[in-house]
This record gives sequence, structure tokens and C-alpha cells, in this order.
Amino acid sequence: MTPRTIIEKIWSRHRILSDGDRDLLFVDRHYVHEGSHHAFDKIAQMGRALRRPDATFGVADHYVPVHQKSPGKGANADILRMIEQLAQNASSHGFLAFGPKDKRQGIVHVTMPELGLTLPGMIVVCGDSHTATHGALGAFAFGIGASEVAHVLATQTLWQAPPAMMKLVVEGKLGRHITAKDLALHIICMIGTGGATGHTIEYAGSAISALDIEERMTLCNMTIEMGARSGIIAPDDKTLRWLEGRPYAPDRPDWDAALAGWRALASDPGAHFHREVVIDGSEVAPMVTWGTSPQDVMPVTDCVPATAEACEARAYMGLMDGQRIEGLSIDQAFIGSCTNGRLSDLAAAAAVLAGREVRVPLLISPGSQKVRAQAEETGIADILRSAGAIFADSGCSLCVGMNGDRVPSGARCASSTNRNFRGRQGPGSRTHLMSPAMVAAAAVKGVIVDVRNLDTATVEVVK
Amino acid sequence: MTPFTTVEGQAIRLIENNIDTDQLIPARFMSRPRKNGYGDLLFYDLRRDAGGTFRPDFPINQHSGKEPFLIVGENFGCGSSREAAVYVLQDAGFRAIIATSFADIFRNNALKNGLLPVELSKTDYEALCAAHDAYPERSMQIKLHEQCVTLGTDSWAFTIAETSRQMLLTGMDEISYTLTHIDKITDFEIRYGAATPWGHGSGLGASDSVG
Repeated sequence: MTPRTIIEKIWSRHRILSDGDRDLLFVDRHYVHEGSHHAFDKIAQMGRALRRPDATFGVADHYVPVHQKSPGKGANADILRMIEQLAQNASSHGFLAFGPKDKRQGIVHVTMPELGLTLPGMIVVCGDSHTATHGALGAFAFGIGASEVAHVLATQTLWQAPPAMMKLVVEGKLGRHITAKDLALHIICMIGTGGATGHTIEYAGSAISALDIEERMTLCNMTIEMGARSGIIAPDDKTLRWLEGRPYAPDRPDWDAALAGWRALASDPGAHFHREVVIDGSEVAPMVTWGTSPQDVMPVTDCVPATAEACEARAYMGLMDGQRIEGLSIDQAFIGSCTNGRLSDLAAAAAVLAGREVRVPLLISPGSQKVRAQAEETGIADILRSAGAIFADSGCSLCVGMNGDRVPSGARCASSTNRNFRGRQGPGSRTHLMSPAMVAAAAVKGVIVDVRNLDTATVEVVK
Repeated sequence: MTPFTTVEGQAIRLIENNIDTDQLIPARFMSRPRKNGYGDLLFYDLRRDAGGTFRPDFPINQHSGKEPFLIVGENFGCGSSREAAVYVLQDAGFRAIIATSFADIFRNNALKNGLLPVELSKTDYEALCAAHDAYPERSMQIKLHEQCVTLGTDSWAFTIAETSRQMLLTGMDEISYTLTHIDKITDFEIRYGAATPWGHGSGLGASDSVG
């Protein structure tokens, strides 16, 4: 039999029929959020029903206010209407949706895996480009637009042409304080934001095996910033250990039956990849973006490029050519998002913040209410608060600036998020992407620093 | 959706590469229902200066709404999956976008809405830009039957996946088309559901008592 990639295997298990250049694929999980309103409007206009309420799960995240002490802060009637609309769609179509008060609420790409809803070998879609995150569990997962969301709502299927496959092998060992976020930014630095367009990336190699599941989610999450809609890592023992016992993961004896299928998912030796890139993980440094695209990125020890094409981004960011990024003053900091809002991210921040105080406002929005509760139980939340951080509720918050949280025009924010586009965190905002530990370090120093030069505490997280 | 066969008119050109969806429409505007129109939100922040005044040097501010084509650089529409990035272009009057490459999700969203993503080779793109820059007032034609862009006596070929091209030409509703295969979908669901009972419906592990 011809050797197949993990994507080819998942594809063939989900193929219903072919139609010329594309296949109709069955979708196992469809996640929706407040922003899915366009798609619900579409099916309403057509008079179509939701085909599979049991395969549709909703959560409020994009518009949710996260400041629990002043819940109305930043939230206007429009924002509250968006949250209400999701609840109404869930109730009228009969699917489960987790509203702001539900303990299962969180950012869709944090809470759905946490609940065990995303499983290896599944096809997972959501009207959000960071759906790539779920590939960390061995699912074929990708973001879709409102028309495709409407198509899935009405048919539980999607028309897709097979993607080209890129194998991204990371060997070697990541250094101290070097995270999956740094690795992702390092890859983007190498291949650019359009570097993997048209491809699905399978990550492999010893450095990938060494990543824990949360780190794998961070890496797969950032795959869209490389241009690929989807990134995937074959499930291994770590994946299975992480999944077992989660609320929606199968119980025995189903678990054992599922396991056999999951173990057979890994790409066969000799499977065909259209491209292969090999990276030495030991070369990855703490990365910081300087410009207005995730590819405007460099090691923290480097200087802002003096090239002419960087001119506009430099001007927007208020930077001089050749300026060192280390030592650059920041106005505020943010830790959270579907990229870096998980418990291990908060623990990494806590390790830096322990016994220190922030010099600029640091907002921390945990990736889910469960992450928030775990941070409270483990004492991580106390460390964050003692350092002067605002430990808020869970939502997309300052990553996308839709819930009323904004970085003011001209202000500079060290951020653990995924996009530093112009105005992403608010009109005129200046975003520097980096790992949670780097954000925490910047917050305590008031300037961008190399976290490797700081003494850090040990904060244990049971994974 | 409105079928796309042949469209004729002038083009506006933006030279930047990697124009992201947050530039096309900032996220804070996406709660608006589509029926209220999205045209005024196109490049909302980029077309204004800090004081909120329209920047005369920003090409979109010369767009009268009558020019159907937008020429952009590479990797157009990168970033989020927001289909509103297509709505803003369509509602502002654009029918086709010409680039050397498009981000995957943006391209899909455009095709599903009848906004034609025209991808040209680098050489053809440069020739078209040179021809356009020499006579920016001149009308171009984009013919989907022939899959070509014509400007004066020059013509450049592009390709669109065949099923997408047929959908664009006829303005077909894809959901209705898919549902003509409903029997096959149902058969698949029964077979697949039996093979993976834990994944769906009553077989799902969790109850409402979660958390």
C-alpha cells in the first residue's frame, strides 16, 4: 500500500464523495462563537436547519468582558447583544453553548481541547483562523469563513481540495526559557507569513516530541501565521495521557477501540511531502516582533532592520532603524489568548513574577475558566496578583480588541498573543509579540529584556 | 451570489504586500449585520489619519465605488478568517482582486461570495501593473469563461479551480447543491457513527454535569 501522511489518512476516513477537483468531507466537530452570527443569519435566510446539533459546540469568547470586578467595563450594548445572540442561536438550534457564566467557558481553542471534545483523527472546523491549534492533538483542524460555517451548519460537511503537505522537522533541544512561541516565531522569521500558503504543516522531530501538549497547541496555533491553514502533530503517548479522563473523551471500552485507530494515524515512513524544512531547535532564541506582521521578528538580542522596506512598519511602531529592541520601553503588557493563555503559560509568567513587582500594567486573561480555577488552586494566581498583575476572567480580550479592551493609540504593549498587525489591539496600538515569560519580564522591568538574564523561581505545574 | 462572467472597468492599485484582514476591516466593526452594508468600513483605519480625516494619498480614497478591480501585492488577506474582509470589498463595489498570491482562507471566502481572486504569475503581474500605471484611467476586462485579464491589446491568463469557476459563472448556491447529495451524506453518517460511536450524538461521554 502506498505510504500515506496523517492528513491523507484522516481525509480518506472522512471522504463522502468526490466532485472533480475536490472532495466532500464529513466534519466531526464544529465550534462556533459570537462572531459566527453571519453564518447563522445565512442559514436563517435560506430557511435551513442545523443538521447536527450534537456535533456543534458554542462558546462565548471574542466579545466577552474579562474584568470581573467591573463587569460592565468596556462592554457596550453591542457587545452584550453579540453574547446574547450566541445563546439565542444555541437555544433555537438546540446545541450546547458555554456562556460567560458557564464553568466550561473559555477561548474556543483552549476550552474545547480541555473538555476532550477535540480528539485525534477528527476533522475540526471553526470560524476562526486559529483553529489550527487543535492539530496539536492529531486532529485535522482549520479555520473557515462564514459561508463555509453556514455550509457546515446546514450539511455537517465541507468541500475541500487536498492541501499540499509540508513536513517541518525540528531536531535538537530548545534552550532554557525557549518556548514553543519562540520556535513558532523563529519558523515565521525563516519562511515568512506566506511561507506555507496552500500547505498543511506536519511537525515532527525530537524537539516536537519533547514539547508538552500545551506547547504543541501554541505551535500549531501559530501555523496560520506561516500561511498554512492547518498544522498537525501525530498523537503519541503524551497526547493519549493528556486526553484520558477528559469529560468528552471516550470512556472504556470505547477508549481502547479509539486508541487503536489513533495509534495508526501517524504518517507512514516514506509518505510523500511536497516540501520538507529542517530546523535546529538549539538555535532558537527568545523572539520579539518589532514591526506590524508576525514575520517582522527577530531574536531579542538583535536590532531593528534598517532596510527601506521596513520603513513604514518602523514608523508605525515608532522605532529607529538599527535600534536595539532590548531596553525598549513598554506602556503595558498582556498575557492570554488561544496562543499563550494556558496554565503552563501562566506558570511561566509566575516563575518570572515571583517576588517581583510590575512597573507597567499587566493584564492576564486565562485561556479558560478552568485554567483560571487551576491557577487559583495551585497558587499561581496569588503570585500573579502579588506582583501587581490584573488577573482577569477568560476571553480573547486584548488579543483582538473586540470586547472593549484596547491598547491606546501610540501605546506599546508586550503581548503573548499571535498578531501584531496595525491596530490589532486598538487603533494606533503598537504590539510586540513574545512568549509569556518574556512578557512578564518586560512588565517587571518596564522595558523589553532577555528573560534568560533574569533569575526565575520554580513554579510547579502538574500536567 | 451574483454570477461572474465578464466584468469591465477601471482598477485601483495598492502596492503593499501582506495586506492583512485587520487592515481590510478592523475587528471592532464586525458585529454589524451584513444587511446593513460593509462598504464604509473598508480600510477604515488605513484611509484616515490620526485625526480621523481621509488621507488623500491613500488610493482607496480615490475609489468612486465604480471601479470594479483592485490590484494588490502578494499574500493578500492574510490573518483572520473573517469573511467581513470580503464583504467590505464587495460592498464597496469591487468584483475582483488581482494579486500574485492570496491567503488561503481569504481566497476561499472570496470564491464563496463571488469576489474573484485573480492570481497572476509574477511576470504577468508586473506587466499588468506597468500597463495600468501607464494609463490608470484605462478600462480592463476580466473574463471568467476565458480566464484572462485584458488591458488594451495585452492579455494575461489565470486559473480558477474548475468547480469554483462553475459556481462563480452560475452564481450557484453551494449549500443547495451539496444537499442534492443528502442520501450519500446520511449513509456516510450512519456508517461513520457506527465505527466511532464515542464521537457523536448519544455516544458523547460528557453530560451537563461537567465542571
